[in-house]
Amino acid sequence: MTAVLEIEHLTLRFGGVNALNDLSLQIDQKALHAVIGPNGAGKTSFFNCLTGYYRPTSGVARFQGSDITGLGAAKVAALGIRRTFQNIRVFPKMSVLENVLAGGHLRATANLLSITVGGPGFRQSERELHKEAMASLEFVGLADQFNNLAGDLPYGMRKRMELARVLIANPIVVLLDEPAAGVSSVEREELSRVIRRIHDNGTCVVMIEHDVDLVMEIATEVTVLDHGRIIASGLPEEVRNDAEVIRAYMGRDRK
Amino acid sequence: MVVLAAFFPQFTQNQYYLGVAFQAEMLMCLALGLNIVVGYAGLLDLGFAAFFAIGAYTTGILSTKEHWSILASIAPGVVIAVICALIIGFPTLRLRSDYLAVVTLGFGEIIQTIAINLNQTGGPTGIYAIPAFSIGSIVVNSNAGYYYVFLILVIIFALFSTRLRYSRLGRAWLCIREDEDAAKAMGINISHYKLYAYMFGAVLGSITGSLYAPALTAISPASFGFSESLLIVMAVAIGGLGSVWGVMFGAAVVEIFPEVFRQFAQARLLIFGILLVFLMVMRPRGLFPERAFQGLGARLRSRFFKSIDPAALIVSDGVKTSGPRAEEP
Repeated sequence: MTAVLEIEHLTLRFGGVNALNDLSLQIDQKALHAVIGPNGAGKTSFFNCLTGYYRPTSGVARFQGSDITGLGAAKVAALGIRRTFQNIRVFPKMSVLENVLAGGHLRATANLLSITVGGPGFRQSERELHKEAMASLEFVGLADQFNNLAGDLPYGMRKRMELARVLIANPIVVLLDEPAAGVSSVEREELSRVIRRIHDNGTCVVMIEHDVDLVMEIATEVTVLDHGRIIASGLPEEVRNDAEVIRAYMGRDRK
Repeated sequence: MVVLAAFFPQFTQNQYYLGVAFQAEMLMCLALGLNIVVGYAGLLDLGFAAFFAIGAYTTGILSTKEHWSILASIAPGVVIAVICALIIGFPTLRLRSDYLAVVTLGFGEIIQTIAINLNQTGGPTGIYAIPAFSIGSIVVNSNAGYYYVFLILVIIFALFSTRLRYSRLGRAWLCIREDEDAAKAMGINISHYKLYAYMFGAVLGSITGSLYAPALTAISPASFGFSESLLIVMAVAIGGLGSVWGVMFGAAVVEIFPEVFRQFAQARLLIFGILLVFLMVMRPRGLFPERAFQGLGARLRSRFFKSIDPAALIVSDGVKTSGPRAEEP
Protein backbone atom coordinates (compact mmCIF):
# COMPACT_ATOMS: atom_id res chain seq x y z
CA MET A 1 0.00 0.00 0.00
CA THR A 2 1.45 3.32 -1.04
CA ALA A 3 -0.64 6.27 -0.03
CA VAL A 4 -0.51 8.99 -2.67
CA LEU A 5 -2.58 11.36 -0.55
CA GLU A 6 -2.21 11.57 3.21
CA ILE A 7 -4.54 13.88 5.02
CA GLU A 8 -3.94 14.52 8.70
CA HIS A 9 -6.24 16.38 11.07
CA LEU A 10 -7.50 18.66 8.34
CA THR A 11 -9.77 21.37 9.74
CA LEU A 12 -11.44 24.23 7.93
CA ARG A 13 -13.44 26.89 9.72
CA PHE A 14 -15.56 29.66 8.25
CA GLY A 15 -16.24 31.94 11.18
CA GLY A 16 -17.93 29.71 13.72
CA VAL A 17 -18.79 26.99 11.24
CA ASN A 18 -16.63 23.91 11.09
CA ALA A 19 -16.76 22.98 7.42
CA LEU A 20 -14.17 20.29 7.97
CA ASN A 21 -13.45 18.87 11.38
CA ASP A 22 -10.23 16.97 12.02
CA LEU A 23 -10.24 14.86 8.86
CA SER A 24 -7.61 12.16 8.62
CA LEU A 25 -7.51 9.91 5.60
CA GLN A 26 -5.07 8.00 3.45
CA ILE A 27 -5.77 7.37 -0.19
CA ASP A 28 -3.90 4.69 -2.06
CA GLN A 29 -2.46 5.25 -5.54
CA LYS A 30 -4.46 2.28 -6.79
CA ALA A 31 -7.73 3.43 -5.27
CA LEU A 32 -10.94 4.60 -6.84
CA HIS A 33 -12.03 6.42 -3.76
CA ALA A 34 -15.55 7.76 -3.39
CA VAL A 35 -16.46 10.52 -0.94
CA ILE A 36 -20.15 10.57 -0.13
CA GLY A 37 -22.31 12.34 2.38
CA PRO A 38 -25.39 14.53 2.68
CA ASN A 39 -25.45 18.06 1.27
CA GLY A 40 -23.30 20.42 3.28
CA ALA A 41 -21.20 17.61 4.69
CA GLY A 42 -18.01 19.33 3.51
CA LYS A 43 -17.18 17.18 0.49
CA THR A 44 -16.45 20.03 -1.89
CA SER A 45 -14.66 21.98 0.85
CA PHE A 46 -12.46 18.93 1.28
CA PHE A 47 -11.61 18.98 -2.43
CA ASN A 48 -10.99 22.72 -2.34
CA CYS A 49 -8.53 22.26 0.52
CA LEU A 50 -6.67 19.54 -1.35
CA THR A 51 -6.42 21.54 -4.59
CA GLY A 52 -5.34 24.85 -3.13
CA TYR A 53 -8.60 26.75 -3.51
CA TYR A 54 -9.06 26.94 0.25
CA ARG A 55 -6.35 27.15 2.85
CA PRO A 56 -7.24 24.80 5.71
CA THR A 57 -7.38 26.33 9.20
CA SER A 58 -5.15 23.56 10.49
CA GLY A 59 -3.92 20.13 9.52
CA VAL A 60 -1.70 18.82 6.77
CA ALA A 61 -2.27 17.35 3.34
CA ARG A 62 0.61 15.45 1.78
CA PHE A 63 0.96 14.37 -1.81
CA GLN A 64 3.54 11.66 -2.46
CA GLY A 65 5.05 12.48 0.89
CA SER A 66 5.46 16.23 0.41
CA ASP A 67 3.33 18.87 2.09
CA ILE A 68 0.89 20.58 -0.26
CA THR A 69 -1.13 22.46 2.38
CA GLY A 70 -1.43 26.10 1.46
CA LEU A 71 0.10 25.78 -2.00
CA GLY A 72 -1.72 27.79 -4.66
CA ALA A 73 -4.19 26.08 -6.97
CA ALA A 74 -1.90 26.40 -9.99
CA LYS A 75 1.02 24.85 -8.12
CA VAL A 76 -1.08 21.92 -6.93
CA ALA A 77 -2.26 21.34 -10.49
CA ALA A 78 1.34 21.42 -11.66
CA LEU A 79 2.23 18.63 -9.24
CA GLY A 80 -0.22 16.31 -10.95
CA ILE A 81 -3.42 16.68 -8.97
CA ARG A 82 -6.20 17.65 -11.33
CA ARG A 83 -9.84 18.25 -10.61
CA THR A 84 -13.21 18.84 -12.17
CA PHE A 85 -15.83 21.15 -10.73
CA GLN A 86 -19.26 20.43 -9.35
CA ASN A 87 -20.90 23.11 -11.48
CA ILE A 88 -18.70 22.40 -14.52
CA ARG A 89 -16.21 25.13 -15.32
CA VAL A 90 -15.56 25.04 -19.05
CA PHE A 91 -14.14 27.98 -21.00
CA PRO A 92 -17.32 28.68 -22.96
CA LYS A 93 -15.95 30.91 -25.72
CA MET A 94 -13.13 28.53 -26.60
CA SER A 95 -13.47 25.48 -28.79
CA VAL A 96 -13.63 22.02 -27.26
CA LEU A 97 -10.15 21.31 -28.60
CA GLU A 98 -8.76 24.52 -27.12
CA ASN A 99 -10.28 23.73 -23.77
CA VAL A 100 -8.42 20.45 -23.76
CA LEU A 101 -5.23 22.10 -25.04
CA ALA A 102 -5.49 24.51 -22.12
CA GLY A 103 -5.56 21.50 -19.83
CA GLY A 104 -2.20 20.55 -21.30
CA HIS A 105 -0.87 24.05 -20.67
CA LEU A 106 2.07 22.82 -18.59
CA ARG A 107 2.98 20.13 -21.09
CA ALA A 108 3.51 22.67 -23.85
CA THR A 109 7.21 23.25 -23.58
CA ALA A 110 7.56 26.20 -25.97
CA ASN A 111 9.02 29.16 -24.07
CA LEU A 112 8.18 32.82 -24.57
CA LEU A 113 10.99 33.35 -27.04
CA SER A 114 10.10 30.48 -29.32
CA ILE A 115 6.43 31.51 -29.25
CA THR A 116 7.16 35.09 -30.19
CA VAL A 117 9.90 34.71 -32.77
CA GLY A 118 8.85 31.30 -33.97
CA GLY A 119 10.90 28.24 -34.52
CA PRO A 120 10.75 24.49 -34.80
CA GLY A 121 10.44 24.06 -31.03
CA PHE A 122 7.14 25.90 -30.96
CA ARG A 123 5.65 23.99 -33.85
CA GLN A 124 6.83 20.65 -32.54
CA SER A 125 5.41 21.26 -29.10
CA GLU A 126 2.08 22.44 -30.52
CA ARG A 127 1.80 19.44 -32.82
CA GLU A 128 2.42 17.00 -29.99
CA LEU A 129 -0.06 18.77 -27.75
CA HIS A 130 -2.72 18.68 -30.47
CA LYS A 131 -2.18 14.95 -30.86
CA GLU A 132 -2.54 14.40 -27.13
CA ALA A 133 -5.63 16.60 -27.00
CA MET A 134 -7.32 14.66 -29.78
CA ALA A 135 -6.37 11.39 -28.07
CA SER A 136 -7.93 12.64 -24.83
CA LEU A 137 -11.07 13.67 -26.67
CA GLU A 138 -11.30 10.27 -28.30
CA PHE A 139 -10.84 8.68 -24.90
CA VAL A 140 -14.01 10.35 -23.67
CA GLY A 141 -15.75 9.94 -27.03
CA LEU A 142 -15.84 13.60 -28.06
CA ALA A 143 -13.33 13.68 -30.92
CA ASP A 144 -15.97 14.67 -33.47
CA GLN A 145 -16.92 17.71 -31.34
CA PHE A 146 -13.45 19.27 -31.30
CA ASN A 147 -14.33 22.35 -33.31
CA ASN A 148 -17.53 23.30 -31.46
CA LEU A 149 -17.60 26.00 -28.84
CA ALA A 150 -17.47 24.44 -25.39
CA GLY A 151 -20.34 26.70 -24.33
CA ASP A 152 -22.56 25.14 -27.02
CA LEU A 153 -22.10 21.57 -25.81
CA PRO A 154 -24.94 19.85 -23.99
CA TYR A 155 -24.44 19.25 -20.29
CA GLY A 156 -23.31 15.64 -20.41
CA MET A 157 -20.74 16.34 -23.10
CA ARG A 158 -19.34 19.24 -21.10
CA LYS A 159 -18.79 16.85 -18.24
CA ARG A 160 -16.87 14.51 -20.49
CA MET A 161 -14.93 17.40 -21.99
CA GLU A 162 -13.90 18.42 -18.49
CA LEU A 163 -12.59 14.89 -18.05
CA ALA A 164 -10.60 15.10 -21.28
CA ARG A 165 -9.15 18.40 -20.08
CA VAL A 166 -7.99 16.68 -16.91
CA LEU A 167 -6.60 13.66 -18.70
CA ILE A 168 -4.35 15.48 -21.14
CA ALA A 169 -2.24 16.57 -18.17
CA ASN A 170 -1.39 12.94 -17.34
CA PRO A 171 -2.39 13.52 -13.73
CA ILE A 172 -1.34 11.26 -10.88
CA VAL A 173 -4.50 11.97 -8.90
CA VAL A 174 -7.83 13.02 -10.37
CA LEU A 175 -10.48 14.60 -8.15
CA LEU A 176 -13.95 14.46 -9.66
CA ASP A 177 -16.67 16.56 -8.06
CA GLU A 178 -19.99 14.85 -8.77
CA PRO A 179 -19.17 13.51 -12.24
CA ALA A 180 -22.58 11.90 -12.70
CA ALA A 181 -24.78 14.64 -11.24
CA GLY A 182 -27.62 15.62 -13.52
CA VAL A 183 -26.73 13.46 -16.48
CA SER A 184 -29.02 11.06 -18.30
CA SER A 185 -28.81 7.34 -17.66
CA VAL A 186 -27.08 6.81 -21.02
CA GLU A 187 -24.52 9.51 -20.24
CA ARG A 188 -24.10 8.03 -16.78
CA GLU A 189 -23.10 4.67 -18.25
CA GLU A 190 -20.64 6.42 -20.54
CA LEU A 191 -19.16 8.39 -17.64
CA SER A 192 -18.82 5.40 -15.37
CA ARG A 193 -17.03 3.54 -18.16
CA VAL A 194 -14.66 6.47 -18.71
CA ILE A 195 -13.95 6.85 -14.98
CA ARG A 196 -13.25 3.17 -14.64
CA ARG A 197 -10.84 3.30 -17.55
CA ILE A 198 -8.99 6.28 -16.09
CA HIS A 199 -8.60 4.20 -12.95
CA ASP A 200 -7.47 1.14 -14.92
CA ASN A 201 -4.73 3.23 -16.50
CA GLY A 202 -3.16 3.60 -13.07
CA THR A 203 -4.49 7.02 -12.10
CA CYS A 204 -5.78 7.46 -8.58
CA VAL A 205 -9.39 8.66 -8.77
CA VAL A 206 -11.14 10.40 -5.90
CA MET A 207 -14.74 11.32 -6.58
CA ILE A 208 -17.57 12.99 -4.79
CA GLU A 209 -20.79 11.35 -5.87
CA HIS A 210 -24.40 11.33 -4.76
CA ASP A 211 -25.35 8.41 -6.97
CA VAL A 212 -24.94 5.59 -4.46
CA ASP A 213 -25.52 2.90 -7.08
CA LEU A 214 -22.66 4.27 -9.16
CA VAL A 215 -20.43 4.46 -6.10
CA MET A 216 -21.17 0.87 -5.08
CA GLU A 217 -20.57 -0.23 -8.64
CA ILE A 218 -17.16 1.29 -9.34
CA ALA A 219 -15.54 2.50 -6.10
CA THR A 220 -12.91 0.43 -4.34
CA GLU A 221 -13.07 2.51 -1.14
CA VAL A 222 -15.72 4.77 0.26
CA THR A 223 -15.47 7.57 2.81
CA VAL A 224 -18.61 9.05 4.29
CA LEU A 225 -18.64 12.63 5.54
CA ASP A 226 -21.25 14.22 7.71
CA HIS A 227 -21.00 17.69 9.25
CA GLY A 228 -17.34 17.91 8.26
CA ARG A 229 -16.43 14.66 9.98
CA ILE A 230 -15.58 11.22 8.66
CA ILE A 231 -18.24 8.89 9.99
CA ALA A 232 -17.17 5.81 8.08
CA SER A 233 -14.43 4.71 5.72
CA GLY A 234 -13.70 1.38 4.09
CA LEU A 235 -14.88 -1.05 1.46
CA PRO A 236 -18.20 -0.23 -0.21
CA GLU A 237 -20.01 -3.20 1.36
CA GLU A 238 -18.77 -2.35 4.85
CA VAL A 239 -19.84 1.25 4.51
CA ARG A 240 -23.20 0.33 3.07
CA ASN A 241 -24.04 -1.68 6.18
CA ASP A 242 -22.65 0.78 8.69
CA ALA A 243 -25.38 1.80 11.07
CA GLU A 244 -24.20 5.40 11.45
CA VAL A 245 -23.98 5.85 7.69
CA ILE A 246 -27.50 4.60 7.23
CA ARG A 247 -28.68 6.99 9.92
CA ALA A 248 -26.82 10.04 8.58
CA TYR A 249 -26.94 9.52 4.88
CA MET A 250 -29.99 7.46 4.06
CA GLY A 251 -32.24 9.27 6.49
CA ARG A 252 -33.29 7.07 9.37
CA ASP A 253 -32.79 3.56 10.53
CA ARG A 254 -34.79 1.26 8.29
CA LYS A 255 -36.09 -1.82 10.09
CA MET B 1 -8.14 43.26 -49.47
CA VAL B 2 -4.40 43.35 -48.74
CA VAL B 3 -3.74 43.87 -52.47
CA LEU B 4 -6.27 46.68 -52.53
CA ALA B 5 -4.57 48.27 -49.54
CA ALA B 6 -1.15 47.86 -51.14
CA PHE B 7 -2.10 49.88 -54.21
CA PHE B 8 -4.25 52.44 -52.47
CA PRO B 9 -1.75 55.32 -52.86
CA GLN B 10 -1.56 54.57 -56.60
CA PHE B 11 -5.29 55.16 -56.99
CA THR B 12 -5.39 58.44 -55.25
CA GLN B 13 -3.14 61.46 -55.12
CA ASN B 14 -5.50 63.04 -52.65
CA GLN B 15 -3.46 63.77 -49.54
CA TYR B 16 -6.58 63.96 -47.41
CA TYR B 17 -7.60 60.39 -48.25
CA LEU B 18 -4.05 59.24 -47.64
CA GLY B 19 -4.00 61.02 -44.31
CA VAL B 20 -7.23 59.38 -43.17
CA ALA B 21 -5.98 55.96 -44.34
CA PHE B 22 -2.76 56.50 -42.42
CA GLN B 23 -4.68 57.42 -39.26
CA ALA B 24 -6.79 54.29 -39.69
CA GLU B 25 -3.67 52.14 -39.97
CA MET B 26 -2.22 53.70 -36.87
CA LEU B 27 -5.39 53.03 -34.94
CA MET B 28 -5.35 49.44 -36.22
CA CYS B 29 -1.87 48.97 -34.77
CA LEU B 30 -2.94 50.38 -31.41
CA ALA B 31 -6.16 48.35 -31.43
CA LEU B 32 -4.18 45.17 -32.13
CA GLY B 33 -1.97 46.01 -29.16
CA LEU B 34 -4.90 46.70 -26.85
CA ASN B 35 -6.64 43.59 -28.14
CA ILE B 36 -4.01 41.47 -26.41
CA VAL B 37 -4.83 43.11 -23.07
CA VAL B 38 -8.60 43.55 -23.37
CA GLY B 39 -9.57 41.04 -26.04
CA TYR B 40 -7.37 38.10 -25.11
CA ALA B 41 -6.75 38.46 -21.39
CA GLY B 42 -9.96 40.34 -20.59
CA LEU B 43 -8.26 43.14 -18.63
CA LEU B 44 -10.06 46.40 -19.31
CA ASP B 45 -7.43 49.07 -19.93
CA LEU B 46 -8.57 52.68 -20.31
CA GLY B 47 -5.09 54.18 -20.38
CA PHE B 48 -3.58 52.42 -23.34
CA ALA B 49 -2.60 55.67 -25.06
CA ALA B 50 0.08 55.95 -22.35
CA PHE B 51 2.17 53.25 -24.02
CA PHE B 52 1.64 54.95 -27.37
CA ALA B 53 2.91 58.18 -25.76
CA ILE B 54 5.92 56.44 -24.23
CA GLY B 55 7.01 55.17 -27.64
CA ALA B 56 6.39 58.49 -29.36
CA TYR B 57 8.17 60.57 -26.72
CA THR B 58 11.14 58.24 -26.40
CA THR B 59 11.67 58.41 -30.13
CA GLY B 60 10.98 62.14 -30.21
CA ILE B 61 13.51 62.95 -27.50
CA LEU B 62 16.22 60.56 -28.66
CA SER B 63 15.98 61.60 -32.31
CA THR B 64 15.91 65.38 -31.77
CA LYS B 65 18.18 65.79 -28.75
CA GLU B 66 20.51 62.80 -29.07
CA HIS B 67 20.29 62.41 -32.86
CA TRP B 68 19.48 58.72 -32.73
CA SER B 69 17.99 57.15 -35.83
CA ILE B 70 14.27 56.43 -35.56
CA LEU B 71 14.85 52.70 -35.97
CA ALA B 72 17.35 52.58 -33.10
CA SER B 73 15.03 54.54 -30.84
CA ILE B 74 12.31 51.91 -31.03
CA ALA B 75 14.17 49.56 -28.67
CA PRO B 76 14.54 51.94 -25.69
CA GLY B 77 10.87 52.91 -26.15
CA VAL B 78 9.89 49.27 -25.91
CA VAL B 79 12.03 48.76 -22.81
CA ILE B 80 10.52 51.76 -21.03
CA ALA B 81 7.01 50.69 -22.05
CA VAL B 82 7.56 47.17 -20.69
CA ILE B 83 8.87 48.58 -17.41
CA CYS B 84 5.79 50.80 -17.17
CA ALA B 85 3.58 47.82 -18.01
CA LEU B 86 5.07 45.97 -15.06
CA ILE B 87 4.65 49.02 -12.82
CA ILE B 88 0.96 49.27 -13.72
CA GLY B 89 0.58 45.49 -13.82
CA PHE B 90 1.84 44.47 -10.38
CA PRO B 91 -0.51 46.50 -8.19
CA THR B 92 -3.54 45.73 -10.37
CA LEU B 93 -3.15 41.95 -10.49
CA ARG B 94 -5.93 41.42 -7.99
CA LEU B 95 -8.29 43.98 -9.47
CA ARG B 96 -11.10 43.11 -11.81
CA SER B 97 -13.21 45.01 -14.34
CA ASP B 98 -14.35 48.41 -13.03
CA TYR B 99 -11.56 48.85 -10.51
CA LEU B 100 -8.94 47.92 -13.05
CA ALA B 101 -10.47 50.39 -15.52
CA VAL B 102 -10.19 53.23 -12.99
CA VAL B 103 -6.54 52.48 -12.18
CA THR B 104 -5.50 52.21 -15.85
CA LEU B 105 -7.38 55.42 -16.60
CA GLY B 106 -5.36 57.10 -13.87
CA PHE B 107 -2.15 55.71 -15.33
CA GLY B 108 -3.02 57.22 -18.72
CA GLU B 109 -3.63 60.59 -17.10
CA ILE B 110 -0.35 60.42 -15.18
CA ILE B 111 1.67 59.81 -18.34
CA GLN B 112 -0.06 62.70 -20.11
CA THR B 113 0.47 65.00 -17.13
CA ILE B 114 4.15 64.07 -17.01
CA ALA B 115 4.44 64.89 -20.71
CA ILE B 116 2.84 68.31 -20.15
CA ASN B 117 5.00 69.24 -17.18
CA LEU B 118 8.43 67.90 -17.98
CA ASN B 119 10.96 70.14 -19.73
CA GLN B 120 12.50 67.25 -21.61
CA THR B 121 9.17 66.47 -23.28
CA GLY B 122 8.68 70.06 -24.40
CA GLY B 123 5.77 70.80 -22.08
CA PRO B 124 2.36 71.50 -23.61
CA THR B 125 3.87 72.34 -27.02
CA GLY B 126 5.56 68.96 -27.29
CA ILE B 127 8.44 68.04 -29.55
CA TYR B 128 8.82 69.19 -33.14
CA ALA B 129 11.22 68.74 -36.06
CA ILE B 130 11.46 65.01 -35.54
CA PRO B 131 13.60 63.61 -38.37
CA ALA B 132 12.22 61.25 -40.99
CA PHE B 133 12.16 57.50 -40.63
CA SER B 134 14.90 55.83 -42.63
CA ILE B 135 16.33 52.40 -43.23
CA GLY B 136 19.77 52.59 -44.81
CA SER B 137 19.50 54.99 -47.72
CA ILE B 138 15.72 54.83 -47.96
CA VAL B 139 14.23 57.90 -46.36
CA VAL B 140 10.49 57.97 -45.81
CA ASN B 141 9.23 61.52 -46.06
CA SER B 142 5.88 61.45 -47.84
CA ASN B 143 2.37 60.60 -46.75
CA ALA B 144 2.36 57.65 -49.12
CA GLY B 145 5.64 56.48 -47.62
CA TYR B 146 4.29 56.42 -44.09
CA TYR B 147 1.15 54.80 -45.38
CA TYR B 148 3.33 51.88 -46.49
CA VAL B 149 5.39 51.81 -43.31
CA PHE B 150 2.23 51.48 -41.26
CA LEU B 151 0.70 49.00 -43.68
CA ILE B 152 3.69 46.74 -43.07
CA LEU B 153 3.39 47.35 -39.34
CA VAL B 154 -0.31 46.41 -39.35
CA ILE B 155 0.46 43.17 -41.20
CA ILE B 156 3.29 42.27 -38.81
CA PHE B 157 1.13 43.04 -35.77
CA ALA B 158 -1.80 41.05 -37.14
CA LEU B 159 0.36 37.99 -37.84
CA PHE B 160 2.06 38.35 -34.47
CA SER B 161 -1.28 38.62 -32.64
CA THR B 162 -2.58 35.57 -34.46
CA ARG B 163 0.51 33.64 -33.56
CA LEU B 164 0.20 34.57 -29.90
CA ARG B 165 -3.48 33.71 -29.90
CA TYR B 166 -2.85 30.15 -31.10
CA SER B 167 0.02 29.43 -28.75
CA ARG B 168 -0.17 28.32 -25.14
CA LEU B 169 0.21 31.96 -24.22
CA GLY B 170 -2.97 32.92 -26.06
CA ARG B 171 -4.86 29.97 -24.68
CA ALA B 172 -3.78 30.87 -21.14
CA TRP B 173 -4.99 34.45 -21.66
CA LEU B 174 -8.37 33.30 -22.90
CA CYS B 175 -8.70 30.90 -19.98
CA ILE B 176 -8.05 33.78 -17.57
CA ARG B 177 -10.63 35.89 -19.40
CA GLU B 178 -13.22 33.11 -19.34
CA ASP B 179 -12.78 31.75 -15.82
CA GLU B 180 -9.86 32.56 -13.53
CA ASP B 181 -10.56 29.79 -11.05
CA ALA B 182 -10.76 27.13 -13.72
CA ALA B 183 -7.61 28.55 -15.32
CA LYS B 184 -5.77 27.90 -12.06
CA ALA B 185 -6.88 24.28 -12.21
CA MET B 186 -5.07 24.04 -15.55
CA GLY B 187 -1.88 25.00 -13.73
CA ILE B 188 -1.84 28.47 -15.27
CA ASN B 189 -0.02 31.04 -13.15
CA ILE B 190 -2.57 33.86 -13.35
CA SER B 191 -0.25 36.68 -12.23
CA HIS B 192 2.47 35.84 -14.73
CA TYR B 193 0.12 35.65 -17.67
CA LYS B 194 -1.65 38.89 -16.79
CA LEU B 195 1.72 40.63 -16.72
CA TYR B 196 2.65 39.06 -20.05
CA ALA B 197 -0.55 40.48 -21.54
CA TYR B 198 0.30 43.98 -20.32
CA MET B 199 3.85 43.61 -21.60
CA PHE B 200 2.94 42.47 -25.09
CA GLY B 201 0.26 45.16 -25.35
CA ALA B 202 2.80 47.77 -24.24
CA VAL B 203 5.34 46.58 -26.82
CA LEU B 204 2.90 46.96 -29.71
CA GLY B 205 1.66 50.33 -28.40
CA SER B 206 5.16 51.67 -27.98
CA ILE B 207 6.39 50.58 -31.43
CA THR B 208 3.37 52.27 -32.97
CA GLY B 209 4.24 55.45 -31.07
CA SER B 210 7.87 55.33 -32.16
CA LEU B 211 6.83 55.30 -35.81
CA TYR B 212 4.02 57.79 -35.31
CA ALA B 213 6.41 60.49 -34.11
CA PRO B 214 8.44 60.76 -37.36
CA ALA B 215 5.29 60.41 -39.47
CA LEU B 216 3.84 63.58 -37.93
CA THR B 217 7.26 65.20 -37.30
CA ALA B 218 5.72 66.83 -34.22
CA ILE B 219 4.03 65.40 -31.14
CA SER B 220 2.21 67.06 -28.29
CA PRO B 221 0.53 65.76 -25.12
CA ALA B 222 -2.90 66.43 -26.60
CA SER B 223 -2.54 63.42 -28.90
CA PHE B 224 -2.17 60.98 -26.01
CA GLY B 225 -5.07 61.81 -23.75
CA PHE B 226 -8.07 59.90 -22.49
CA SER B 227 -9.96 60.48 -25.74
CA GLU B 228 -7.25 58.62 -27.65
CA SER B 229 -7.42 55.71 -25.18
CA LEU B 230 -11.16 55.65 -25.54
CA LEU B 231 -10.90 55.60 -29.33
CA ILE B 232 -8.69 52.50 -29.11
CA VAL B 233 -11.08 50.77 -26.72
CA MET B 234 -13.92 51.65 -29.09
CA ALA B 235 -12.12 50.15 -32.05
CA VAL B 236 -11.61 46.90 -30.15
CA ALA B 237 -15.17 46.77 -28.81
CA ILE B 238 -16.81 47.63 -32.12
CA GLY B 239 -14.75 45.17 -34.08
CA GLY B 240 -15.03 42.28 -31.67
CA LEU B 241 -12.99 41.53 -28.56
CA GLY B 242 -10.25 39.03 -29.24
CA SER B 243 -10.76 38.93 -32.99
CA VAL B 244 -7.78 40.11 -35.02
CA TRP B 245 -9.89 40.75 -38.13
CA GLY B 246 -12.55 42.38 -36.01
CA VAL B 247 -10.37 44.91 -34.23
CA MET B 248 -8.72 45.96 -37.50
CA PHE B 249 -12.14 46.49 -39.02
CA GLY B 250 -13.28 48.28 -35.88
CA ALA B 251 -10.30 50.64 -36.08
CA ALA B 252 -11.12 51.43 -39.69
CA VAL B 253 -14.74 52.17 -38.79
CA VAL B 254 -13.82 54.41 -35.86
CA GLU B 255 -11.37 56.39 -37.96
CA ILE B 256 -13.14 56.60 -41.29
CA PHE B 257 -16.77 56.92 -40.25
CA PRO B 258 -16.57 60.40 -38.73
CA GLU B 259 -14.63 61.55 -41.82
CA VAL B 260 -17.29 60.26 -44.20
CA PHE B 261 -19.91 62.24 -42.33
CA ARG B 262 -17.83 65.40 -42.22
CA GLN B 263 -20.50 67.21 -44.25
CA PHE B 264 -22.79 67.06 -41.23
CA ALA B 265 -20.23 69.16 -39.38
CA GLN B 266 -21.10 69.37 -35.69
CA ALA B 267 -23.75 66.66 -35.87
CA ARG B 268 -21.42 63.95 -37.16
CA LEU B 269 -20.15 62.84 -33.79
CA LEU B 270 -23.72 62.79 -32.52
CA ILE B 271 -24.74 60.53 -35.42
CA PHE B 272 -21.71 58.38 -34.80
CA GLY B 273 -22.55 58.10 -31.13
CA ILE B 274 -26.14 57.07 -31.80
CA LEU B 275 -24.99 54.46 -34.32
CA LEU B 276 -22.53 53.12 -31.77
CA VAL B 277 -25.25 52.68 -29.19
CA PHE B 278 -27.38 50.79 -31.73
CA LEU B 279 -24.42 48.66 -32.73
CA MET B 280 -23.67 47.69 -29.17
CA VAL B 281 -27.31 46.81 -28.55
CA MET B 282 -27.63 44.71 -31.69
CA ARG B 283 -24.18 43.17 -31.79
CA PRO B 284 -22.85 43.30 -28.25
CA ARG B 285 -19.87 41.15 -29.13
CA GLY B 286 -18.77 43.41 -31.97
CA LEU B 287 -19.12 43.38 -35.73
CA PHE B 288 -16.83 40.42 -36.24
CA PRO B 289 -16.74 38.38 -33.05
CA GLU B 290 -13.95 35.94 -32.39
CA ARG B 291 -15.18 33.07 -34.47
CA ALA B 292 -16.73 35.03 -37.34
CA PHE B 293 -13.89 34.26 -39.72
CA GLN B 294 -13.15 30.89 -38.26
CA GLY B 295 -13.04 28.94 -41.51
CA LEU B 296 -11.02 31.52 -43.38
CA GLY B 297 -8.84 32.20 -40.36
CA ALA B 298 -7.98 28.54 -39.95
CA ARG B 299 -7.08 28.22 -43.61
CA LEU B 300 -4.84 31.29 -43.51
CA ARG B 301 -3.22 30.05 -40.32
CA SER B 302 -2.42 26.68 -41.78
CA ARG B 303 -0.86 28.48 -44.72
CA PHE B 304 1.29 30.81 -42.65
CA PHE B 305 2.15 28.71 -39.65
CA LYS B 306 1.81 25.20 -41.09
CA SER B 307 -0.50 24.59 -38.17
CA ILE B 308 -1.92 21.24 -37.28
CA ASP B 309 -5.18 19.99 -38.75
CA PRO B 310 -6.95 18.39 -35.79
CA ALA B 311 -9.47 16.63 -38.04
CA ALA B 312 -6.62 14.58 -39.49
CA LEU B 313 -5.78 13.34 -36.02
CA ILE B 314 -9.11 11.60 -35.46
CA VAL B 315 -8.42 7.91 -35.60
CA SER B 316 -12.02 6.83 -35.45
CA ASP B 317 -15.37 8.33 -34.60
CA GLY B 318 -15.76 5.92 -31.76
CA VAL B 319 -13.69 5.56 -28.66
CA LYS B 320 -10.18 4.26 -28.92
CA THR B 321 -9.23 1.35 -26.75
CA SER B 322 -6.10 3.02 -25.47
CA GLY B 323 -6.07 6.30 -23.62
CA PRO B 324 -3.57 9.13 -23.45
CA ARG B 325 -1.51 7.29 -20.89
CA ALA B 326 -1.23 4.18 -23.01
CA GLU B 327 2.15 5.05 -24.51
CA GLU B 328 3.75 4.91 -21.10
CA PRO B 329 5.13 1.59 -19.91
